[in-house]
Formats: sequence, structure tokens, C-alpha cells
Amino acid sequence: MTIGIEHYLTVAAMLFVVGIFGIFLNRKNIIVILMSIELILLAVNINMVAFSSFMGDLAGQVFTLFILTVAAAEAAIGLAILVVFYRNRGSIDVQDANVMKG
Amino acid sequence: MVIATLAFYLFSAVAVASALMVVLSRNPVHSVLWLILTFFSAAGLFVILGAEFVAMLLVIVYVGAVMVLFLFVVMMMDVDFAELKSGMAKYVRIGSLIGLVILIELLMATGFWGGWEMADMAPDMRAAITPALTETQNTIAIGSILYTQYVYLFQAAGLILLVAMIGAIVLTMRHRKDVKRQSIVGQIYRDADKAVEMIDVKPGQGL
Repeated sequence: MTIGIEHYLTVAAMLFVVGIFGIFLNRKNIIVILMSIELILLAVNINMVAFSSFMGDLAGQVFTLFILTVAAAEAAIGLAILVVFYRNRGSIDVQDANVMKG
Repeated sequence: MVIATLAFYLFSAVAVASALMVVLSRNPVHSVLWLILTFFSAAGLFVILGAEFVAMLLVIVYVGAVMVLFLFVVMMMDVDFAELKSGMAKYVRIGSLIGLVILIELLMATGFWGGWEMADMAPDMRAAITPALTETQNTIAIGSILYTQYVYLFQAAGLILLVAMIGAIVLTMRHRKDVKRQSIVGQIYRDADKAVEMIDVKPGQGL
């Protein structure tokens, strides 16, 4: 049996759902929420590369590159905000982030 | 072909299982390590798909840089993670319910039960047709369209990274009051007039 595009899409769908599940499950822990977002972006990348490969269109792989760039920038900024938040509040609980002042 | 099929199932099973472990493990350091395994398996899937450049990018950029950043931040913080995990059981049921619904919907959309068929005109609408492997390699092919057709997007990606870098530095930099800092401008502009004070001492009086 050969591996078709639907196999890859299924794997990507599973990773996506695990990412969503992680956001629900670790509601208090911002670090794991950031990691779940990385999982979701990885699922998107698998979709992109699968379509690119099966359609013979290289643009999908180029856009995967841009998604990786934006995801890396997002992770860097998110972790920086997390470090500042931890320095100010002494905790990384999402529910402590309820005061809108510096 | 059999080996490719087996490798696909191996990589995808490892990817999904380690993604679950990212979400479920108690220690965030373990979560980061499982996430690294997930990215490695995804890179394996990309290699099977013939996208070697993206696979290597995933390993080098993601595992090499972003995950190490995560690891640094997790290890830098002294947080009581057991306390953060305390409310976890409350959300398992609703989370898995919503996850199941989304999964079923996604699988219906991605043709898990029915076959996937491309539209007839889909091949005509390709933006950048992949050259045959006998002609050129994946990396060369990506490079030849990345720097021509997508050069503005490429520059924009560089700008995004620059903004992220400056943003992260601005956010995390702090000036401590109790630490003496070197003022290089002050040192350069210091001259004899400011540094030496001439005092006319009267004989027999002292200062």
C-alpha cells in the first residue's frame, strides 16, 4: 500500500488536535501553552509540505520556510514576555496576568 | 517502497506519541525534550516527502535554536510546576471532548475515509513547478525561486526576525541601580581640566 496525501494530512490533523488539547490541559502553564502553539504550527507545516510534494509545487516549501521564521520570532517574543512576567510577578500562572499595568 | 511506507508509519507514530507526551508530562523540561523528538520525527516525514531543505531547517533552526531557547527559559525559572499542574484533571474531560470533535471534523475534511482527489485544473494553477530530481536538487530549486520570485517576502522575513530580536532585547533588558557601570563616553571626554584640581596650599597651614 502506498502512502497518499491523506496519510500526511491525518498525521498533521492529529498533531494539531494534540496542540489544541495541550492548550486546554495546561491552562495555567504558559510555557506548555507556547509549546502547544509550536505543535500546531508544525502541523500546518506538515500540511504545507505534503501538498507541495504531492502537487509538485515548490511554493509550499517556500511558505513553510516563512512559517518557520514567523514561528521562531513568535517563540522568541513569547519567551521574552514570559521572562519579564516572571520577573515582575514571581509566577507563570496565566491567571496571575490580570493586572493591566506595567 | 515498503521501506518508505514503514518509515512513514514509524515517524508519524513517534511524532504523535511524543506530541502527546509534550502535553501530558509533568516536568516542562521533559516536555521540551519530547518536543525535540517530535520535531525530529517531523523532519523525517519531510525527508520522505522529498523536502530535504525544510527538514534540515527544522532540525537546525528549531531543534538547534528555538528548543534550546525554551530549555534555557524553563531551566532559568524556579517555578513550582506541581502547583501549576494541580487543576489539570479538571480540564481533561472537556479538552479531550473538544479535541475529539475537532479531530473527527479534520479527518472528514482531509479525506481519511474517502480518497483524496485533486481537481483537474489544480496542476495548471501551480505557482512554482518543482523541477525533476534528475534535473536539480531540492535545495537548489528552492534557492532559485526564493531569491527571485519570493525575494520581497524573503526580505520581509528578515525584517520580522530583526524586529523580534530587538523586541526581545528591549523587553528583557534592565538597568540595575546597585551595579556600577562603565561610562565609555565619560571616559573618553575626561581631560586634565576635569581630572586634576590645582590647590594653592599656603605654607604652614595645610589643607
